[in-house]
Amino acid sequence: MNIQASQGPDARAEELPNEAPRPDDEFAQLKRIWDPPRGIHFITVVNNTYVGLFYIGTAFLFFVLAGILALLMRSQLAVPQAGLIAQGTYNQLFTMHGTVMMFLFAVPAVEAMGVYLLPNMQAARDLPFPRLSAYAFWAYFFGGIAFFCTLFFGVAPDGGWFMYPPLTSTQYSPGINADFWLLGIGFIEISAIAGAIEIVVGVLRTRAPGMSLDRMPVYCWAMLVFAGLIIFAFPAIILGTLLLEIERAFGWPFFIAEKGGSPLLWQHLFWFFGHPEVYIIFLPAAGMVSMIVPTIAGSPLVAHRLVVLALIATGFISFGVWVHHMFTTGIPQLSLSFFSAASMAVSVPSGIQVFAWIATIARGRVMLTTPALFVIGFLFIFTLGGLTGVMVGMVPFDWQAHDTYFVVAHFHYVLIGGMVFPLFAAFYYWTPHTSRRPLSERLGRWVFGLIFAGVNVAFFPMHITGLMGMPRRVYTYPAGMGWDWLNLVSTVGAFLVAAGVALFLIDLLRNFRPSPDNAGNVWNAGTLEWLPSGDYANRSIPIVRTHYPLWDQPRLAEDVEAGRYYLPGAPTGGRETIVTSPVHAEPQYVVQMPGPGWAPVLAAFFTAAFFLLLTVKLVWPALACGVLAVGFVLRWLWDTDPGRTPPVDIGGGLTLPTYVTGPMSHAWWAMIVLLLVAGTLFVCLLFSYFFLWTVNPRGWFAAPLPDLVWPAGAAILYGLGSVMIVVAGRTLWRPWTSRLALAAAVPLLVCALGIDINAHLQSGLRPQDTSYGAVVAMFLSLQGFYVGTLIVMAFYTLARSFAGKLDQVRRGTFDNTMLLWHFATAQGLAGIAVVQFFPRLVGE
Amino acid sequence: MGTVLHDLLTGMQSALAPAGPNAAAIASLTWIMFVGGGLIFVFVMSFLAWALWSERRGWFAGRGIVIAGGIVFPLVTLSALLVFGLLLARDIVARPSDGALTIAVTGEQFWWRVRYVGNDGRDVDTANEIHVPVGEPVKLVLTTADVIHSLWIPTLAGKLDMIPGETNTLVFQADRPGVYRGQCTEYCGAAHALMAFDVVAHPADAFAAWLEGQARPAADPGIPFISRGRELFLAAGCGACHAVRGTPADGRLGPDLTHIGSRRTIAAGSFPNNKGTLAGWIASSQHLKPNNRMPDFNVFAGEELRAIAAYLESLK
Repeated sequence: MNIQASQGPDARAEELPNEAPRPDDEFAQLKRIWDPPRGIHFITVVNNTYVGLFYIGTAFLFFVLAGILALLMRSQLAVPQAGLIAQGTYNQLFTMHGTVMMFLFAVPAVEAMGVYLLPNMQAARDLPFPRLSAYAFWAYFFGGIAFFCTLFFGVAPDGGWFMYPPLTSTQYSPGINADFWLLGIGFIEISAIAGAIEIVVGVLRTRAPGMSLDRMPVYCWAMLVFAGLIIFAFPAIILGTLLLEIERAFGWPFFIAEKGGSPLLWQHLFWFFGHPEVYIIFLPAAGMVSMIVPTIAGSPLVAHRLVVLALIATGFISFGVWVHHMFTTGIPQLSLSFFSAASMAVSVPSGIQVFAWIATIARGRVMLTTPALFVIGFLFIFTLGGLTGVMVGMVPFDWQAHDTYFVVAHFHYVLIGGMVFPLFAAFYYWTPHTSRRPLSERLGRWVFGLIFAGVNVAFFPMHITGLMGMPRRVYTYPAGMGWDWLNLVSTVGAFLVAAGVALFLIDLLRNFRPSPDNAGNVWNAGTLEWLPSGDYANRSIPIVRTHYPLWDQPRLAEDVEAGRYYLPGAPTGGRETIVTSPVHAEPQYVVQMPGPGWAPVLAAFFTAAFFLLLTVKLVWPALACGVLAVGFVLRWLWDTDPGRTPPVDIGGGLTLPTYVTGPMSHAWWAMIVLLLVAGTLFVCLLFSYFFLWTVNPRGWFAAPLPDLVWPAGAAILYGLGSVMIVVAGRTLWRPWTSRLALAAAVPLLVCALGIDINAHLQSGLRPQDTSYGAVVAMFLSLQGFYVGTLIVMAFYTLARSFAGKLDQVRRGTFDNTMLLWHFATAQGLAGIAVVQFFPRLVGE
Repeated sequence: MGTVLHDLLTGMQSALAPAGPNAAAIASLTWIMFVGGGLIFVFVMSFLAWALWSERRGWFAGRGIVIAGGIVFPLVTLSALLVFGLLLARDIVARPSDGALTIAVTGEQFWWRVRYVGNDGRDVDTANEIHVPVGEPVKLVLTTADVIHSLWIPTLAGKLDMIPGETNTLVFQADRPGVYRGQCTEYCGAAHALMAFDVVAHPADAFAAWLEGQARPAADPGIPFISRGRELFLAAGCGACHAVRGTPADGRLGPDLTHIGSRRTIAAGSFPNNKGTLAGWIASSQHLKPNNRMPDFNVFAGEELRAIAAYLESLK
């Protein structure tokens, strides 16, 4: 393992790819290229460290705001029959508390930590799509702030964070409150998907040379699984929110029982997302703990591989537990048994991790610093929450505990224990990486003490309150039920937590001074993020041979700093980092990355404006903003796909290309990830179709099927469109042939969809009348969305061709258009097959 | 602490004060899991303390403890618990209900419509109070008139949802006479917090007498003041929403009031039932329970209001 130490300095010098000292101007150029913009332009910054910090700061702001909402609720509940907060306001408060904590704090916070930490941990100069990160952040920032402000106008959503229809349908929630929730979640979905793409490609393709999957830090694994969960879980909520908003806006009855819809469809879609969501929040936090524990113990993580396996296993099992949120809906006993077993099984990987951390602590010698205290607090609270989780996973117990304060206690133990404590540990642990001064150890102990005591005082009594019969989501309760004292104690605890958070803010004000000139490796940690760094990340990109390079290669920091490792300068003259192979992390090419620009910020602003204006029914201004948003996205894309530039020497005799296309390129990977999201969305729609059929096994098919000649015609046109795209791809070296083929594909696609839609309309399909009509119309609408997108992409690709930015080598843009095109063809054919043949198959 | 424990074990809405076999079985499971979970928690925390401070902590420092504590132990204990829990669930769901008394309960924003389905085709309507005989299984047929509600009587059984388009069946039994409080546990809109009800368990003969009383139409008032209340009630149009069997009032939107005077509470378990609360409710129900479906009837003189309240109270 420790090869470096056993060999002399000469051997080391031979292995280093570059010689020092480096030329004088090399470092100055590197610094200049990666400098953030100054003045007002600073908000266009795209470096992951700055975007990461904005992101974390905004997420923490929402944590504080949603915490204040919790204090208001706890004040109202301190005594029975209190009159502090009116019923309607209270219902908005708990809806917003849950929604903001989950969607505007927890998910963005862990994603933000990833944006900040991952490139540093992998010694990459930045994430592969810096402008996408910036766009995701700003969409979240503008959208989130506007969404929160609905509270001040009394139009905040009040249907609960789970938004069950029919309570949230227009009949029972006629106001725009529910629309704010549905569209407000829109940009969270966008920023989560953008983040997932960034993280998958970042983790798999931009690791330091030699950092094979086997040597990858546990945190990177956790983030990879996190991104995977987003890819396969978020489409369910994207579809759910789409269906509910369409039902509200156009009256398509997906969830209305009288018209063949089912409120349970929403519950399935919501919890198919909602339970993996818990692990979306927890796994990154567990990953952070797996980084912090070895450092505070001064010893490598015990059972590293088991911990990685545990993360992956959690990811898989988390998709098999969603029904445990529906144990009281009266679904059959057999399904309950399966989901109960899966809910038990998911505690095994958590057990593995807890014991791995304890074993690591035992192997080393822990100094009780503030991060260590938060890790110990995490183990205490999370273990307790895990045990009550096993309890609620037991079906009969859940019949009692479900939707009572017992569950409130349980999930606050899991989420605060499992995510907030690790996050505070991370704040104290990684602050020296970003700030000139570490946070105060003295204040940190108080922060920990107050939050730890507060959480237990607030939430432990709730277990009892719940079993004594107190339901959730009640703005008041009668005296004499035995709940009075317990509620008062819980309220006191909530204010203790608030005091701890306030003290933390004071600590931040006094000590948090972000600066490229950071405090450095104050904990003597072993992983790459603690290498000396600046805006350009590391001066040179090291070769990784072990899990803890800084422990195992004592001169690593010095050699990296001196530029003795790979890519010590900026040979292409712009921002760049090394792209490596996904498994063994062998250098493959140098990717050129865009710098700061206004386009992502403006695109994000107009995206948020689009959703918000649409919510308040200002359709034309909304559309204008939508067009502007797409326009700015295209503007930012125009500078990408740079084409062939000369290969560069990164040292050690390695000369790497600076432009690649096809399956090896990062852009191709990103598109594939996006198609996985799109494919999952389609599968969720298929699920909805079949689920609604099982709800109404007789007479569900409300409209006669069109004559088969029409769908057959549509299918042939879809196929011809894809053939034209293949022709265009093969003839890129003859621009006019290629352009004509591409241009011909557009009408084929549009006509295919048009024929399909027209056939259904002719045969009497009425989306407003039945859930069958609604879901079939949804197939067509979703297809319409891709057709619309592809029209824009086709014209954009043509524009690049006419601008001389597209040929048989410089074809990245064309390839991505082609991938989406084939996907849309496949989806169109699959949709036609199901809609046309399934009813004939079951004989109706 | 003592009082909390006392309330936990005796409270009228406490899952750990069971008064029937369903709740009792779940309560035993709860105690088993509490003790087991408590022991596991203490063990894990002891391991942690040992790992932090013991000089002999090296014992814990390997993969062995991870495999033993993280895989083997949970697999064994959780499998056992799972089998036990699923058998228990099966017993509860499979409780025989043939020939059981059947009561249709419909959740409405924000109260409970209760209908005793008579063998002779005569149904008996009431609201917000479910009377049952002790010692025999009772079958509740659960539906909703609007959004999703969930019916929960912690001392008797676990909760079960009322979902549009679905019909759920809850079978339970009360072992001893008493009043057991229940509450809606699925957030159902504005006044969800004020949607409670009582289950009143009687010995079999007392129950039969109660049901017979409920089946009778409202008695004619003998006292002029109460007669005046009845006239005012009918003249004000209360009958558009409420039924009082034996009078022209036959509305179906709100609770059946034929025997409202016999109920323990008004406004779905929100207030005790007496002349004062009845009068207050009629005059300002929107203040007492905002967003309930009944508008304020703030048009009566004090004397008139008292007469209507007295009439309603007389409907025993």
